[in-house]
Amino acid sequence: MSVKRDSFSVSITVGAYGSAFGAAAVAADFSVLQACLLSLLLFSGASQFAVVGVIAAGGTAINAIATSTLLGTRNGLYGLRLAPILKLRGWRRVVAAQITIDESIGVALAQKDEAEMRRGFWYTGFGVFIFWNLFTLAGALGAQAIGDPSAWGLDAAVPAAFLGLLWPRLSDRKSWVLAGFAILLALSLTPFVPAGIPIISCTLLAIIIGWRK
Amino acid sequence: MSTFWIAVIGSSALAFAVKFIGASVPETFLSNPRILRINTLIPVALLTALISVNTFADKTQLVLDHRALGIAAAVTLLIAKAPFPVVVVGAAITSALAYRYI
Repeated sequence: MSVKRDSFSVSITVGAYGSAFGAAAVAADFSVLQACLLSLLLFSGASQFAVVGVIAAGGTAINAIATSTLLGTRNGLYGLRLAPILKLRGWRRVVAAQITIDESIGVALAQKDEAEMRRGFWYTGFGVFIFWNLFTLAGALGAQAIGDPSAWGLDAAVPAAFLGLLWPRLSDRKSWVLAGFAILLALSLTPFVPAGIPIISCTLLAIIIGWRK
Repeated sequence: MSTFWIAVIGSSALAFAVKFIGASVPETFLSNPRILRINTLIPVALLTALISVNTFADKTQLVLDHRALGIAAAVTLLIAKAPFPVVVVGAAITSALAYRYI
């Protein structure tokens, strides 16, 4: 398959998912502008949903920022992996950093030579950026128009979106075990600590389970 | 400034910082296998916690409501290998029906 076609199909499918984000953000009482700014500036699906999810659960801003940032650390490692291939300086490096996400790195790493990898990265990064932002706006405006989020199932769309992001990561026994413990820890802490803390506490489980090979 | 604006601006600034630092530090840095392993597990832990809390909690109370049925529908659709948008829309429709009729 050509790198252009790969990039385009990934961009449109993933981009469409932006409407779920826009709707979820507005359902959690973010404004349409705030939803769009998250897609433009934060631009990393899981982290964006985390900001919305933590605030929707009643967490503080600091908690939302911490959870979102921890979810985004993988983007830093993608950058590390890609930097020797992209070989960028100055403003180009700034632009490339902003579009370093699961999809652009995924398409890039699936290519055979370095020139194709670079094209895959740029096409997919820009493609997802454009569609993700357009669909965020559409979803946010749509949700704003319909009123009570529960009546339209938007309060279930947020955890369902997280589940869609989690599913491909449950690839081995270790991740299933971790997921099981994370459910237990998050829910058992919920009645006793301020909202948001049960979520971020689960980072400890990742450290404990990832510590040993 | 409201909680919402602090969350939007703070998380966006840090997200970019993480991306840019990754693109700028020497490659050997952070390539320790333990750090890589933990890094792949962090999203699993946080996403699972987010799903749990956003489905079964209302502020600091545990609840079982229409959202649980929505998530059950999402799990079923994922097992049936449905694409992302179908999973999200399926969960939303199921939850909305449960909210209205149960």
